[in-house]
Amino acid sequence: MSKRIGSRTVALPAQPGVIAWASVAGQKEKDGPYGDRFDQVIPDELNGENSFEAAERSMLEMAVKLCAGKAGCALGDVQMLLAGDLLNQIISAGFAARNLQIPFYGLYGACSTMSESLSLGGMLADGGFADRLICATCSHFCTAERQYRAPLELGNQRTPTAQWTVTGAGAVMLSGGPAKRRARVVLTHTTCGRVIDLGITDQNNMGAAMAPAAADTIVAHMQDMGRSAADYDLVITGDLGRLGRDLLLELLTQKGIDAPEERFFDCGCEIFSPRQDTHAGGSGCGCAASMLCAHILPELAAGRLRRVLFMATGALLSPTTTMQGESIPGVAHAVVLEHREAEEG
Amino acid sequence: MMDMLLMIVKAFVVGGVLCAIGQVLILKTQLTSTRILVGYVTAGVILGALGLYKPLIDFAGAGATVPLTGFGYTLAHGAIEAVRSEGLLGAFTGGVVAAAGGIAAAVFFGYFAALIFKPKMKS
Repeated sequence: MSKRIGSRTVALPAQPGVIAWASVAGQKEKDGPYGDRFDQVIPDELNGENSFEAAERSMLEMAVKLCAGKAGCALGDVQMLLAGDLLNQIISAGFAARNLQIPFYGLYGACSTMSESLSLGGMLADGGFADRLICATCSHFCTAERQYRAPLELGNQRTPTAQWTVTGAGAVMLSGGPAKRRARVVLTHTTCGRVIDLGITDQNNMGAAMAPAAADTIVAHMQDMGRSAADYDLVITGDLGRLGRDLLLELLTQKGIDAPEERFFDCGCEIFSPRQDTHAGGSGCGCAASMLCAHILPELAAGRLRRVLFMATGALLSPTTTMQGESIPGVAHAVVLEHREAEEG
Repeated sequence: MMDMLLMIVKAFVVGGVLCAIGQVLILKTQLTSTRILVGYVTAGVILGALGLYKPLIDFAGAGATVPLTGFGYTLAHGAIEAVRSEGLLGAFTGGVVAAAGGIAAAVFFGYFAALIFKPKMKS
C-alpha cells in the first residue's frame, strides 16, 4: 500500500508518537514572552565552556539528555539521533553525538532542520526502523554571527531588516514502538519541501528569501491533503520574522489560498517581544526547535491545540555564495502534529 | 584658543559627515561593513590622487585624516611624493612608508585589545 498522498505528501499510518521533548534557551530568550516555558536556561552565552561553539553544542547535549530523561529512558535506549545545526560541517550536532554515543545521522537544512528531522524521523518510526529516536537541533547567536556575518569581535552594527539568531536547542523523541501508546501527540503526515529561490540577495533579509519556499510547501500540502488553513488550529512557520511572515500571507493570497492572519504563527515573530529590539524577530534552528518544545508540543499534549502544521524554514546560503553575489535559496518541510486523547483503561 | 575651538568644531562636523555617509550606506544598501571600509580607502586614494582631499584636510584636520578616507589619502600622497624623490619605484614603496605609523599602530592596538578583551553577546 502506498503511503504517498498527492505529489509531495507522505502519510504515516502508524502515527508515530511524540513521547517526550525538551528545550534549552539563553538569557535573552528567557526575557521573552515564552521565557518561563523553557525547560532549562543557560546562565550566560558561554555556559561554562571556553568558546561559543562549545556552548552551542553543550545546549544540544542538554536538550537530548533532558528529552531522554523525560521519556524515562537511558541514552543507550535511543536508537537514532537525527540532528543538525548552522555551523560549518554541522559541528554542534557531530560533536554532541560524539559525547552522547547515540547512533547519529547528521542533517543540514539550515533553519528548517527541526521539521526536516521530524519528517525523516517520522518516516523511520512509521516504517518500524526505530522504536525510539530523537530529532534535535540548536543555534547560538554568537556562533551564527561569526558563521554568517562577522565575528562579534568586529563590533558590527545590525541592519534594520536583520533577525536575531536564537540561542536555544530543542529535542523531540518519536516512537514507532510500544512506547507510543502513551503519547498525547502524534505525527500524521509530512510534506517534503522544494528548494525555491526568487532571487533575493540580501542576506540580512532571510525572511523574504524563505517565505516563497514556505508558501510553496503550504500550497502543495493543502492540495495533496484536500485541506485548507481552517483545518489547522495553527500553521506554524519557523523563523520568517515580521517581514517574511507578511510576505508569506501575501504570496498565499496570490495563489488563492485562504490565509487568515490569526492562524499563522511564526516562531521568529513570537519568541522575542518588540521591546527587545531584535528588529525583524528571531531566527536560527533553535528558534523553531525551542518554541516547538516549549510551547507548541505542550499545548498539543494538553489538547488546547488539536492539530497544527509545523514548518521550519531554512535559507540554504553560505558565506561563500553571499560573497559571490548569489541569491538565497529557501526550503521548508512541513509535518502535521495532532493531539490524541488518552486511551481508556 | 578660539582657533583651536573652531578647529575642533570643523573636525567634528567633517568627521561626523564622513561617518554619517557610512551609516546611510549600512541602512539603505546591502553593502557589508567590510565593503564600505574598502570603499572609503579607495575613495580616499582617488580623491587624494586628484588633489581633492588635501583641501579637506587643511580645512578639518583630524576630521579628515582619522576616517578611513584619510588612510587612502596618505597612501596616494605618499606614493606621489616618493615618485618625485625616488623615481618610479616610489609608486610601490611610498604609500606604505607614509602610512607605516598608522598600520603599525593598528596592528599593535588590535593585538593588544584582543589580549585584554573578550567578545560578548550583543545586548
